[in-house]
Amino acid sequence: MMIIRLLAVLQTAVLAVVFSAAARAQDAPDLSGRALQAKIDYCKTCHGLSGQGYRGATPMPRLAGQQPEYFDNQLRAFIERRRENRFMYNVSHVLSPATRAALAAHFRDLNPRPLGGAPRDAIAMGKKVYDEGVASANVPACASCHGPEAKGNGLFPRLAGQLHDYVSNKLVNWTKERGQDPKNPDTSAIMEPIAHNLTKAQIAAVAAYLNYLQ
Amino acid sequence: MKPVRSKVAVVLVIVASAVPALADDTESVRNCTWCHGASGQGYSPAPRLAGQRPQYIESQLKSFSEHTRDDPFSRQYMWGAVAALSPRMGRALAIHFSKLPAEAANDGDRALAATGKTIYQDGIPDSNIVSCAACHGPNAEGVRDIPRLGGLSYFYVKRRLKQWGEGYHAAAASPMPRIASTLPPNVIDAIASYLSFVK
Repeated sequence: MMIIRLLAVLQTAVLAVVFSAAARAQDAPDLSGRALQAKIDYCKTCHGLSGQGYRGATPMPRLAGQQPEYFDNQLRAFIERRRENRFMYNVSHVLSPATRAALAAHFRDLNPRPLGGAPRDAIAMGKKVYDEGVASANVPACASCHGPEAKGNGLFPRLAGQLHDYVSNKLVNWTKERGQDPKNPDTSAIMEPIAHNLTKAQIAAVAAYLNYLQ
Repeated sequence: MKPVRSKVAVVLVIVASAVPALADDTESVRNCTWCHGASGQGYSPAPRLAGQRPQYIESQLKSFSEHTRDDPFSRQYMWGAVAALSPRMGRALAIHFSKLPAEAANDGDRALAATGKTIYQDGIPDSNIVSCAACHGPNAEGVRDIPRLGGLSYFYVKRRLKQWGEGYHAAAASPMPRIASTLPPNVIDAIASYLSFVK
C-alpha cells in the first residue's frame, strides 16, 4: 500500500514538473527537424491530417493555406489572452516565435479539398453577402478585406474552405472570445460591428458559401 | 408544394420503419447482454454499452464485420458475434443500448484521478499530447461517432490505449492509434483512472 501510494505521489510529482516546466513563448526552444515534425503532427491531430479541419466536440478550424501573418497573430493572441480559447492557450504558450513561424509556413503550403458538410440551400445568399455586403446594416463586403476568392491577405485570414460551423460559432461569439484584454486592443476589433450587425441567417449563409470554396 | 410534402412523408415513413424498436428480452439484445451485462453496464472484458453514442456503436459493429478492429478480444468474440448481424439490426441495437442509463465503473486509481483530469482537459503540450476533451467533450460525453468515455472501466480504457500503441487498429479513419502511440504508461494510467469516475 505504502509503495503504491509512493509511486502515485512520484508519478504526480513527475507530471507536476512537466507542467511547471512548460516554457513561456520566449523561453521555448526553437524546433527543427524531427522535433518540428512532431509538433506539426500534434497540430494535425486536431486540425486534420492535411490541415483541412476536424469536427470534434467543437469544430477545429482549417489551417491549410492560411495567411502566415494571421496564423502567427492568432497564436500570439491566445498567449496574450486577446483571444480566449483554453485548448489553444495551452498549445501556444510552449511555442517559440521561430517555431510559430515554421508552423505557419508549413500550413500555408497545404491545399487539401474543403472538408465541406454545410447545408447547401443558402450558398447563393451567402455568396451575395460575401461579395456585396449588406448595405442596409452597414456591413461592408467581406471580399473587400478577405479577397474576392476568400484567400485572405496579411492579417486578414483566409476563409475559403473553412468549416461552416466554425465560422458561425466565431461570428456569433465574437465579443465573447476576442478583444478580451481592454488594455491590449486587438485587430479583431474591426470585425465587432460586422459580427454584431449580421443576422443569424446571413451568418449561416456566408458560412455555407465559404465552406465549399477551394 | 404537394409533391414535396408527400415525398417528405414517404421518407419519414421509410426511416421510421427501417429500424425496429427492441426490448430487453428481445433475442438480439440478449445475444449482447450475455457478455455486456444485463443492463449493458459491461462485464470484464466486455465494455459498457449503456449510454454510448449510437453512431459509435454502429461504427464499431462495422469495424468488427470488416475486421478493421483487430485487438485480441475483438477478434476472439466480436468478429463472430456480428457475423450474422444485419446493418439494420446493428443500428437498432445501437439505438437500444444508447438509451440505457449508464453507471460509472469507479474502478480506477483514485490517487491518479486529479492528474488524469488535467491531462484529459489540457493534454501535455510540451510532450505533444493532445487534449482528449477537444474531441471527446468537456465531460467525456462524446459527440456523433466519437465515443463517450465517461465512466468506462479503467481496465478497458487502459487496454485500448495500450493496444493502439502496440499497433492494433481502430475503426477506419480513427485518429486514436496515432494519438495513443504518444502516451507513456503513467499518462495512460492517469487518464484511464480519471475517466472511470466520470458520471
